[in-house]
Amino acid sequence: MRPETNPLPVLLREISTLLAKDFRLEWRQRAALGGLLLYVGSTVFVCFLSFSLRGGTPPPPAWNALLWVILLFAAINAVAKGFMQESPGQRLYYYTLVRPQAVILAKILYNTLLLTAVALLGLFLYTVFLGNPIQDAPLFVANLLLGAVGFATTLTLVSGIAAKAGGNGATLMAILGFPLMVPMLLLLIKVSKNALDGLDRSVSQQSLLTLLALNMLVGAVSYLLFPFLWRG
Amino acid sequence: MKWTWWKVLTVVFLLYSAAAGFLLPVPRLAIVNESIRNLYFHVPMWFAMMVILGTSVFRSMQYLRNPSARLDILSHEAAKSGIVLGVLGLATGSLWAKYTWGAWWTPDPRLNAAAVAMLIYGAYLVLRGSFRDEQQRARVSAIYNIFAFAAAIPLLFILPRLAGNSLHPGQTGNPGFNKYDLDSTMRMVFYPAVIGWILFAFWMTQVSSRLAFLQLKIDEK
Repeated sequence: MRPETNPLPVLLREISTLLAKDFRLEWRQRAALGGLLLYVGSTVFVCFLSFSLRGGTPPPPAWNALLWVILLFAAINAVAKGFMQESPGQRLYYYTLVRPQAVILAKILYNTLLLTAVALLGLFLYTVFLGNPIQDAPLFVANLLLGAVGFATTLTLVSGIAAKAGGNGATLMAILGFPLMVPMLLLLIKVSKNALDGLDRSVSQQSLLTLLALNMLVGAVSYLLFPFLWRG
Repeated sequence: MKWTWWKVLTVVFLLYSAAAGFLLPVPRLAIVNESIRNLYFHVPMWFAMMVILGTSVFRSMQYLRNPSARLDILSHEAAKSGIVLGVLGLATGSLWAKYTWGAWWTPDPRLNAAAVAMLIYGAYLVLRGSFRDEQQRARVSAIYNIFAFAAAIPLLFILPRLAGNSLHPGQTGNPGFNKYDLDSTMRMVFYPAVIGWILFAFWMTQVSSRLAFLQLKIDEK
């Protein structure tokens, strides 16, 4: 590679290469992607079956809680395989080619796109099967997208940490990730409740801003810490 | 013996705050009544926890810059002291809640935040336990320590305030005690108690770190 005076274009090029690699890998191992979609689909269907026992749609609070539980577990499953499917040899190979900042940013970006797709698809299936009590749809979807970004930024570094520990990575990831996500989830659930009830948007503004700030904070900390994680 | 003065100070302050905390007069406030004395124990414990957890994160940062077994032990032991103080804070808070609110635990935002903090540090200990290689363990747990502190701890202060429906004293508005308005006698007990508990946290960490250093020496032989 020829020497570049400005490091930013190099970083961007590395990120786009890694992102393309992740998409290609995902496409070649479609079973994992299919498994994820099936996971979301079957949980929604189980919810539908249990609620249909008592005549149709759940009350809005239950609707809200279930949606976030489904998205949370889907997110953990989706992100968990990111770093874990890579062998130590593969990691060493990347280490010689690109800088760690590119790896973490590409991974966060990839997970964000993946989780956004999963969240939107999940919401679609969910409203098809369990009804649509949302009164302020744009706010709800915006909040959902913020949630996807937040899950992706938090869980990406956690999955990197869990992958280092080896062994039962998915369990460790749940243990490490859940408590970190609780504050974020509380905010998300609150805003989505506001959107469900169609409250005035000024009510949710402060929570949305906090969520945005939290996402940026987590992203920045991941960016700073990942090089240390990778050095091993 | 040059550095024993702060340990003497710790003992004096803690004994004083316990004795004065139970004996000196306190303002009579509805509902809270005598249970306001819990302020001398519960709040200093949380302060000490925050300080010692902050120290733990600082040691972790130092470790990442300049790895050594010593820094890893210091960070780990500080985190453990923080967990002990956190559990003490939860216990004293829960006791107080039982006699003031009528329940051991309520879904108050502040209480939930405290529980989340303890879960995070529980996860930290689980993470430490899942490594065989010591250097790997030290590095990865330092990273998790910093990440967890940065991602969750600020929220423990912001979220309860955003929620705005907390019953926890000193909750509405600023973190002070405006509602209870510490009078001057209470301040005379409260401030020494805070200093005493913070020093106690450092002392506890120092002792357990020494034990860990010795263990390390034995293992190296």
